[in-house]
Amino acid sequence: MTSNDAISATLRIAVLLLVAVGATGVVCTREPLSQAVTLSFYGLLLTTMFFVFQAPDVALSQIVVGAVVSPLMILLTLSRIRRGKARETNPSQPERS
Amino acid sequence: MTALVTHLPFFVAIWVLACGLYGIITSKNLVHLVVCVAVLQSSTYVLLVLVGFREGGAAPVFYDLPLGTLVVDPIVQALMLTDVVVEATVMALLLAMVVRVYERTGVLDPDALLRLRG
Amino acid sequence: MSPRTRRILFYFGAAGLVTILAWGVLGLPAYGQYQGPYGDLVSYAAVQSRHATDVVSAVNFDIRAIDTLGEEFILFTSVMGVVLLLRKRVEPKDVDEAAADVATGREKEPPSNAVRLLCLGLVGVSVLFGLYIVTHGQLTPGGGFQGGVVLATVPLLVYLAADVRVLHQIAPRKLVDAGEALAAGAFIGLGLVAVALQEPFLTNFLPLGTTGRIDSSGTIMAISIVTGIEVGGAFVVLLSSFLAETLERIPEEHRGEP
Repeated sequence: MTSNDAISATLRIAVLLLVAVGATGVVCTREPLSQAVTLSFYGLLLTTMFFVFQAPDVALSQIVVGAVVSPLMILLTLSRIRRGKARETNPSQPERS
Repeated sequence: MTALVTHLPFFVAIWVLACGLYGIITSKNLVHLVVCVAVLQSSTYVLLVLVGFREGGAAPVFYDLPLGTLVVDPIVQALMLTDVVVEATVMALLLAMVVRVYERTGVLDPDALLRLRG
Repeated sequence: MSPRTRRILFYFGAAGLVTILAWGVLGLPAYGQYQGPYGDLVSYAAVQSRHATDVVSAVNFDIRAIDTLGEEFILFTSVMGVVLLLRKRVEPKDVDEAAADVATGREKEPPSNAVRLLCLGLVGVSVLFGLYIVTHGQLTPGGGFQGGVVLATVPLLVYLAADVRVLHQIAPRKLVDAGEALAAGAFIGLGLVAVALQEPFLTNFLPLGTTGRIDSSGTIMAISIVTGIEVGGAFVVLLSSFLAETLERIPEEHRGEP
């Protein structure tokens, strides 16, 4: 779609506002576990922004990196930290939950 | 003052940068801090995509467009493309450092880490 | 310095920074009025002299290939840093606990059938789609970086549907490491072949073909494929480095079970 409609213009402004709100949301989420979900959604918002502003190549990279890889790294880090924490509290015997 | 109105979308990039900075400075958890660094980097993408945008321009792919149609700037997109992928890797490096810091000291609070050094 | 003082100092600093940034941004051309003659020139150059229809890929892999080389090596170096940081170190207490180490105490549940169906169904589609994006980088939006990250999600899907042992069978660590390093070297190799042909580094030396066919635009497809392998391998190595950290050691009596 070419970008000379009023609808496209409102779409672009709306996506920019959503990105601003999304950034605030990611920063204000203090708990890292919930932040993984918020970051994934923010990545999707950035993808929509790239798409609406006629940048399909960048949108293709961002959609996989922002929605899959970054939250995955956060979750793996948190899992590693939780494992270390559990081992610390019970150093010699295994835990059964 | 009309300059403010015509340049209003650029202020979104400045707002995202300020949000990321605020998150980094007032963070109480190292993993939260790394995510705020990612938000800070995304503000540069917003700025770059707005700089290269042209009203009425199409995507810079001439597979089905005749040469000579108005397109948005392709150089800026080439910069952003590699940056997006590299950002994920740098974030992974920072998270690996967080894992090792946690193993060594057992705390995830940046303020507590500062106090531990002495 | 207490958090409250730090926050107030931040507000002052941020006010100054935002003012300077706003003043800088107001000096840009107005939103939507980008003049930029270089962008138009590059579009003409990419289509007419390089026979590539996707200008962004042509810029990345041909006209400004050396910048992409630098970025790819940033990626390679950070992955190397992650592998170094997260390598397994044998500590004495690990050896003692080996038999009883079921880490957090959560037994790993087998994935539900819905997850397995979805992931296994997506594997074929993702492989095809990733290969398509990598090889058609010079024609339509795509290229090595995008296709590489799509291909890197395939081992992740397999891990979600099955076990980490299956992941290591499909993407053995040594093979992926070697493939990634070879692909990074092949990028430089393609540039050096141009030097051997008495041209500047990273010149497009393969035949250019007709615009719009997949075998057009010379080395762009070759560099795109090599970059795709490198980026995909880099993300699989990242995934396995982090996973090796969280892998719960399998108790002796359950080893060898499928």
